[in-house]
Amino acid sequence: MFDGFLLLPVGLDWGHASPALGWLWLALVASGLYHGVNPGMGWPLAVSAGLMDKTPRALFRALWALAAGHLLATLLVLLPFAFLLVLAEWQRSIQLGASLLVIGFGAYRLIERHHPRALARIPPTQLVLWSSAVAIAHGAALMLVPIYLGLCQAFELDAGHEAAGVLMKASLGMAVLVSLVHVAAMISAGGCLAWLVYRHLGLRFVSRSWFNLDAIWATSLVLVGVVALAFNLASWR
Amino acid sequence: MTMRPDPTFHASPKLAMEAPAENFAYTLLLSPDFSKPDALAVIDVKPGSPTYSQIVHTVTMPNKGDEFHHFGWNACSSALSPLAGHAFIERRYLIIPGIRSSRIYIIDTKPDPTKAKIHKIIEPEEVFKKTGYSRPHTIHCGPDGVYVSTLGGGGKDGTNGPPGVFIMDCETFEVLGRWEIDRGPQTLHYDFWWNLPRDYMVTSEWALPPQFENGIVPEDLLANKYGHRLHFWDLRARRNVQTIDLGANHQMALEVRPAHDPVREYGFVGVVVDTTNLEASIWTWWREGGKFHAEKTATIPPEPAPKEKLPPLLQGFGAVPPLVTDIDLSMDDRFLYVSCWGTGEMRQYDVSEPRKPKLAGSVHIGGIVRRTTHPNGKAFAAGPQMVEISRDGRRVYWTNSLYSTWDDQFYPDGVPGVEVMANVGRNGGLELDKDYFVSFPDGYRAHQIRLEGGDCSTDSFCYPSA
Repeated sequence: MFDGFLLLPVGLDWGHASPALGWLWLALVASGLYHGVNPGMGWPLAVSAGLMDKTPRALFRALWALAAGHLLATLLVLLPFAFLLVLAEWQRSIQLGASLLVIGFGAYRLIERHHPRALARIPPTQLVLWSSAVAIAHGAALMLVPIYLGLCQAFELDAGHEAAGVLMKASLGMAVLVSLVHVAAMISAGGCLAWLVYRHLGLRFVSRSWFNLDAIWATSLVLVGVVALAFNLASWR
Repeated sequence: MTMRPDPTFHASPKLAMEAPAENFAYTLLLSPDFSKPDALAVIDVKPGSPTYSQIVHTVTMPNKGDEFHHFGWNACSSALSPLAGHAFIERRYLIIPGIRSSRIYIIDTKPDPTKAKIHKIIEPEEVFKKTGYSRPHTIHCGPDGVYVSTLGGGGKDGTNGPPGVFIMDCETFEVLGRWEIDRGPQTLHYDFWWNLPRDYMVTSEWALPPQFENGIVPEDLLANKYGHRLHFWDLRARRNVQTIDLGANHQMALEVRPAHDPVREYGFVGVVVDTTNLEASIWTWWREGGKFHAEKTATIPPEPAPKEKLPPLLQGFGAVPPLVTDIDLSMDDRFLYVSCWGTGEMRQYDVSEPRKPKLAGSVHIGGIVRRTTHPNGKAFAAGPQMVEISRDGRRVYWTNSLYSTWDDQFYPDGVPGVEVMANVGRNGGLELDKDYFVSFPDGYRAHQIRLEGGDCSTDSFCYPSA
């Protein structure tokens, strides 16, 4: 997997990248920041860990675990698509399917608003598991699929004129890169917030920071899916 | 579902103490002869209010014979658990189980406590069918739902299988099922509480239904057949990890009060009576090196009394046992309040050093022999029983009934329901408030109290105070 990542700069044809590229990277980083500041993605756990163990080291340990869990979830969701991209002649169906999947999940979250409370039954010592379960349950990782596919398309990784092996390496590498960039943004935002609350703002901020973003979250899933769908349909016209 | 967390949810015990004081106290009323339906009384506790210390609203249930005892909220500060990841519920519904009927009432306290009304009734059959347990008792709001402890197993007399804990959804109030996966040697139940971030639960033991429903069974007590063990559980794995026997003579280990600050891994439990000497005792339990420990850290002696002043049950002993039936810990983990229901005393212990409780204050009121009157001159039947502390620790409320059939054995002259309050000094000390004295309608006894916005035996926290 990391072999593919290292080969990535070689595989990418930066010169022919489409103008949408900048926006896609921006969307990737923005989604990371968005997930990071959302208390539902775990930064309050880092605050709690730091305070409970009375050392900032515990806070950073928790942040690492949260980042690892989020990374695991994004990879878990992106990698199947990376493999699918090898089926070059199916790429249009894959992209349409992915967009519809994201729209469908967003719509489901809009209708079925019941929060999966069972997440609180994961032991506090298993933060990696918790973080990845949360990212999958909320569709955080799914939100990246259209961005990922868009990036692959922009870099013409889906061109179909490459040998399957090269293509696979490039699409896998892109999946890893997309996950890492997203998680770096996510944990920077969450980490900053956790540190601010831990050192400066105090625990009152924990309850103040919770805004019910369920509707906005679900809508943004639908939106990402719709934009991707429109983009794909337009580019194939 | 709300847009913001309920303003009465607090990240730490310290923040809970700093929040606005309670304006209302909810108190459960029971009809001891089952001639009337049980009820929930809403009492005005706002100083200066024209209806201060009066019942301002009553929710009367549609059934008789439920026998109300303990109750709790659908949600509390535990909703801010970072693991739950979703704090958008309201502290809105009171969950009131009938320990005799196994029926559970859900009371809606919004938009205003004075308009509280029945929201839903869960019939006993649903509890039996979905859990195999009966006689629901203690309610605690957890981050993943409402936890309910039970006193009975299946079957008519509740002895078909051990009692345990079950979980309910905190919004739909659907009974979800049993909590335990591996109960180990646990066969009796009473109270339970937990430390959420440290991931453990502690449960205590009273007795099986045939040992309490028709009154205390003296032969069983003298044979040390009531509960005397503490069980420690892995909360998320739902496994009993350790059982500590306090010794068979330490009969009835009831209320479990862990430190509110989750960084403190200790707590207390009260033992009603030592059958070798009629003493009551306070035990401190703690976790150290991955193991739980418990030791007796305070004792309260019986008070000798002439036979003719004692109820038939106690005449053979020539003394009044203190009968510690409830304990409660202040939000700052500093003062432990201990109800001595037999001798008629409310004790305040300074537990800053948890294994060395120091008596810091005391008031006498009621009692089998003492029969101390309230400072306002009115009689107080029975003794201090269910006790509840305001979040800021400045006011301590209590009522006087223990359990219908037991009241009659220890206080045969009757136990008309009363609720009083004592003010707490800045550095301890306890003094009954002359102006707070709630009498309840004829034929009703009063049991547990819940304070608006949470109190010292409802909310659990996931962040330390410091």
